[in-house]
Amino acid sequence: MFNRSSIQFKLLFGLMLMAALLFFAGCAEEGAPVEEPVEEETTPEEEVELIDDFIILATTTSTYDSGLLDFLNPIFTEQTGLEVRVVSQGTGAALETGRSGDADVLLVHDRGSELQGVEDGYFVDRYDVMYNDFIFVGPAEDPAGVGGVTTAAEAMSLIADSGAIFVSRGDDSGTHRMELRLWEAAGIDPAGESWYESIGQGMGDTINHANERLGYTLTDRGTYVSMKDSIDLVIALEGDPVLFNQYGVMAVNPELHEGIKYEYAMMYVEFLMSEEGQNLINSYQVNGETLFFPGYGLE
Amino acid sequence: MSRLYEGLLEALRLIISFDPDLLTIVLLSLRVSITAILLATLIGVPIGTLLGLKEEKKTGFFNKIIFTFMGMPPVVAGLIIFLILSRQGPLGVLGLLYTPSAMIIAQVFLASPIVIGLTMVGIRAKGGEIEETARSLGAGSALAAWTVVKESRYAILGAVITGFSRVVAEVGAVMIVGGNIEGHTRVMTTAIVLETRKGNFELAIGLGIILLMISFIVNSVLYTIQKGGKKN
Repeated sequence: MFNRSSIQFKLLFGLMLMAALLFFAGCAEEGAPVEEPVEEETTPEEEVELIDDFIILATTTSTYDSGLLDFLNPIFTEQTGLEVRVVSQGTGAALETGRSGDADVLLVHDRGSELQGVEDGYFVDRYDVMYNDFIFVGPAEDPAGVGGVTTAAEAMSLIADSGAIFVSRGDDSGTHRMELRLWEAAGIDPAGESWYESIGQGMGDTINHANERLGYTLTDRGTYVSMKDSIDLVIALEGDPVLFNQYGVMAVNPELHEGIKYEYAMMYVEFLMSEEGQNLINSYQVNGETLFFPGYGLE
Repeated sequence: MSRLYEGLLEALRLIISFDPDLLTIVLLSLRVSITAILLATLIGVPIGTLLGLKEEKKTGFFNKIIFTFMGMPPVVAGLIIFLILSRQGPLGVLGLLYTPSAMIIAQVFLASPIVIGLTMVGIRAKGGEIEETARSLGAGSALAAWTVVKESRYAILGAVITGFSRVVAEVGAVMIVGGNIEGHTRVMTTAIVLETRKGNFELAIGLGIILLMISFIVNSVLYTIQKGGKKN
């Protein structure tokens, strides 16, 4: 009787070993996710050697969660062979990922910090790649009476005075940094107020939170439009020029760290900045709305 | 309730349609967690046996350390491994950050203390007697220790199951060191976080239900084997 369980024991370990071997075998294959080029659109002289490698793109939750990168990156991969591995974080974290050399290329939205990073030598070849705008969203009942106003400062004063809940990203993202600048411009210090909920999460989480709490929040238009169907929040304020949201693309300075794939990163930057890339960005729609507009938005 | 119901339907739809993206995610989850638990077993069982055969008084300090690490928050484990594997960290030149290997390392770090701790407790329960018996029958210390491991195998199996449950369910560590890269380091738990963030609650809960089902299957198999042993 001891024997039987001993056999079971050996069987189990045998199975586990086999499973491990199988998975390791899977590991080896995985290094080469080359996509076959689709021949239809490439004329012979355009055909180029496909590169069997990858780059790491550190970006914000808004570009990823809105589906834009799922639309753009396969086209880039088809043309170059390069796989784009996307790590989506808040802009603060994405900038830090780039500064420590853990990514090759960045697509973020905090123009001031980006230019500062270039000046400090962390990043090179920065371009204004696209823009959209921030909007205030809130419950349809509009408890703070934001409906009639046209500027962010007025809207924020009304929210603060009414004590209606305001949900903040609180995660040092581009959106969070924009929100803090807007509070400062409105002359209000919301920190510690009972109506101010700083949750330290991504844009989608924050919209969900505001939706459940019947609160207001500041969001990029893209994430809101892509989530509109699953939430009840409506646009409370839009169109104030201060709500303009510029995205930048830039390569990580290859001189700072070993192993940065600068050449490949630049292929991605050039793809986004090319006429084709800019047109693709302009053509991307969710629920019938354009989410990002190419180039630099403010003259 | 309707969201939960729709989530259940979504889970069924994903399973029946044999969704290739889902399959990639599920296989990676299993590959990372099973590899991690195998490595943790290789590390944890010998150390746990060694500690379990020593008198409790002599290992008091180690006990405290191990029991503390058993409760290590996954996000802290992830952060530590991240700082080591980042290009600015001591092992940055290996370029392991944002790879399945990094996720395995983080999970080994999480599972090993559990395997060590529970093995130690299991061995301590009756290991001394078995060791004495084995030695009185003429076994050397290595053979005696092996006999103890064999006789305590169900306690050890329990330790391995617990370790596996912990790593397959955790999200904090794999999110930080893996980066949740689609098709590359996205596992079940990080996919659930992503879909929740995007407001796709039906898909998120569908994935959650599938994760529970997989855990149920794995645990059923292991539990059957463990129970088979107890009858004897």
